[in-house]
Amino acid sequence: MPTPLSIRELAQREDRLAPGHRLCAGCAAPMIVRLVLNAIDEPVVVVNATGCLEVSTTIYPYTSWRVPWMHNAFENAAATVAGIESMYRSLVRQGKLPERNIKFIAFGGDGGTYDIGLQALSGAFERGHKFLYICYDNEGYMNTGIQRSGATPYGANTTTSPAGKVSFGKAQPRKDLTAIAVAHGIPYVAQASPHRWKDLMMKVRKGVAADGPAFLNVLSSCNRGWRQEPSETIETSRLAVETCYWPLFEVEHGDWKLNYIPKQKLPVEEWLKTQGRFKHLFTPENRHVIDEIQAEVDRRWERLLRLAEEAPRATPVKAG
Amino acid sequence: MTRVMALDGNSAVAQAMRQINPDVVAAYPITPQTSIVQDFAQFVADGLVDSEFIAVESEHSAMSACIGAAAAGGRTMTATSSQGLALMWEVVYIAASLRLPMVMPVVNRALSGPINIHCDHSDSMGARDAGWIQLFSENAQEAYDNTIQAVRIAEHMDVRLPVMVMQDGFITSHAVERVEIYDDEAVREFIGPYKPLYPLLDVDHPVTYGPLDFYDYYFEHKRQQVEALRHAKGVIEEVGREFGQKFGRRYGLFETYRLADAEVALVVLASTAGTARVVVDKLRAEGIRAGLLKPRVFRPFPAEEIIAALNGVHAVAVMDRSIAFGAMHNGGPLWLEILAAAKLYRLDVPIVNYVFGLGGRDVTPEQIERAVRETWKAGMLGKAERIVTYLGVRGDENGRAEMENRAVALGDFRLGPLAADASAGNGHELVEA
Repeated sequence: MPTPLSIRELAQREDRLAPGHRLCAGCAAPMIVRLVLNAIDEPVVVVNATGCLEVSTTIYPYTSWRVPWMHNAFENAAATVAGIESMYRSLVRQGKLPERNIKFIAFGGDGGTYDIGLQALSGAFERGHKFLYICYDNEGYMNTGIQRSGATPYGANTTTSPAGKVSFGKAQPRKDLTAIAVAHGIPYVAQASPHRWKDLMMKVRKGVAADGPAFLNVLSSCNRGWRQEPSETIETSRLAVETCYWPLFEVEHGDWKLNYIPKQKLPVEEWLKTQGRFKHLFTPENRHVIDEIQAEVDRRWERLLRLAEEAPRATPVKAG
Repeated sequence: MTRVMALDGNSAVAQAMRQINPDVVAAYPITPQTSIVQDFAQFVADGLVDSEFIAVESEHSAMSACIGAAAAGGRTMTATSSQGLALMWEVVYIAASLRLPMVMPVVNRALSGPINIHCDHSDSMGARDAGWIQLFSENAQEAYDNTIQAVRIAEHMDVRLPVMVMQDGFITSHAVERVEIYDDEAVREFIGPYKPLYPLLDVDHPVTYGPLDFYDYYFEHKRQQVEALRHAKGVIEEVGREFGQKFGRRYGLFETYRLADAEVALVVLASTAGTARVVVDKLRAEGIRAGLLKPRVFRPFPAEEIIAALNGVHAVAVMDRSIAFGAMHNGGPLWLEILAAAKLYRLDVPIVNYVFGLGGRDVTPEQIERAVRETWKAGMLGKAERIVTYLGVRGDENGRAEMENRAVALGDFRLGPLAADASAGNGHELVEA
């Protein structure tokens, strides 16, 4: 029986990510990591792409990781975990290592996943390694000081897509990496948000139980890059979902399921206005950008509804 | 039982890989390494090995997967050439810095650009300071023998470093030779079982691999890599001796040929050493006491030992199959090493450089003979006329080829200035006026 996902039960467990790391107050990444690792009852091996999470949790001679952990480079977390998982299968098959049902997890930010690491990720998906890749998507290169990535939303002000006299910020919409993962035909793909923690943990359990690669894209608020207060992490995450900017859904063997439908779909402005990176959009001359963002959110949401065969038949995740 | 087989260098290395039976092989095809990967994939398909074979989507991922696999705690191999090694470059350093034993046959091929598929040593020389052990092989037999020994060297508890085993692209990799393939069991006995150190898969004893390492520790960790390379020299010799006892072919840091009483020495890596031996014999017959030194180990560079072996010669010609662009006189890396070693260990004779064979250009016995004769003369005079010579190139052999480059770029192969040089007696065999 898996450990029930109740606060009472989970409070009994020792965190697999020790406190004392140097991630910012209010950073969603360590919340996501703790939820992920506490969702898994089995032994795990973790691979981490270069990024905030990696540099802030393993400043030699200290480590926050109470599980086997490896950082190799920026763009190769998926290839690295593929090597580890292959060695595990090889040694178990040859009888050199007992079968322990080890779960292989890779964490990468959006830079290491959407952009520089996409090739390695795609290769590992195609080859069918049994691992769960978790992208903590904070929508930019935050570790190097808030540069735009393929995940940065349209209109966001970053240091390499700055708003200026003739610029409204990033001029391109974000890449839909979750759909790209689905297109690989891997057994399990989902989107999650840390504010709906049971949903996230259930998805982790499905991901590690899948017979093949699994991908979980988690929106990960970054108060430095998003220009908000550290106390606002969870509220901003909630608004991203309530505005349908970041829908919660899963795709099991090609079947799309919506896991959450807001009672009232809020205008995307409600999410945008919580963050300083969109502040410049709230002027008459940039109003069109907000309208365009809304139109894109609506378009993607409608598409998702169609893919999930209309709202009424969608099944929310039942948390145990 | 040892079998004598007709194999090319790649097939011989693939046979070594079959016998080594690594737990994981992650590789990506690239000319001229490709047939190693193909052969190995067939061994997997035929159940002749127990390996997990990961047919990755790039060399960067090949090396990344090997790093993961080696840290996981098992025997790991890959193979590559040229652009593949260049693409791996970032992680090649990481493999060494994490002290992960693995073996990588490198089938030497010129680096782009312009793109070329034939042999020179620019690929492995580009990775010479990456912290790997580098073994060069003259022929298919050596490539096979070195691959087997590399496992022992890499995994030695005093070393724990990755090893590259080089052979010359096409020249060795695709030429069929007589190769002795040892008994499978004997090879497995020689390499022994893999002993993991801090394996990631030991989930009861979690370890952190690849942490952030700042100014307060990074330097010491680099220093530890150096210690491992220092240990490697003795281990390479020890493994080479033991290999000789078991299989009858003993290996050291380098090989010499008629060097003991030589007045002029030729130093050259890999397949060209075979041609060089013929030249040495010819010159000896004519009364010039020539000798050959063929380094096997380029990293760690056996500086003191090489200079000790060269002691007594009047001049040295170092032949390089790559250029260290922008280095002193735009010479080659082997020459630079030997020059530095000679200064340190007090070999005060002319040491000149012949850069040859770039992009797979043939080097003829006549060209090597000319190099030795010129160097012999420099030894007699105590002074070299020319420090670095580009052997067999169109244009000025000192490297001033601007005019000719322009002519080639314009599609003008008459190469007017060349004819003038040739008439000046600089010897341009390739002139087609």
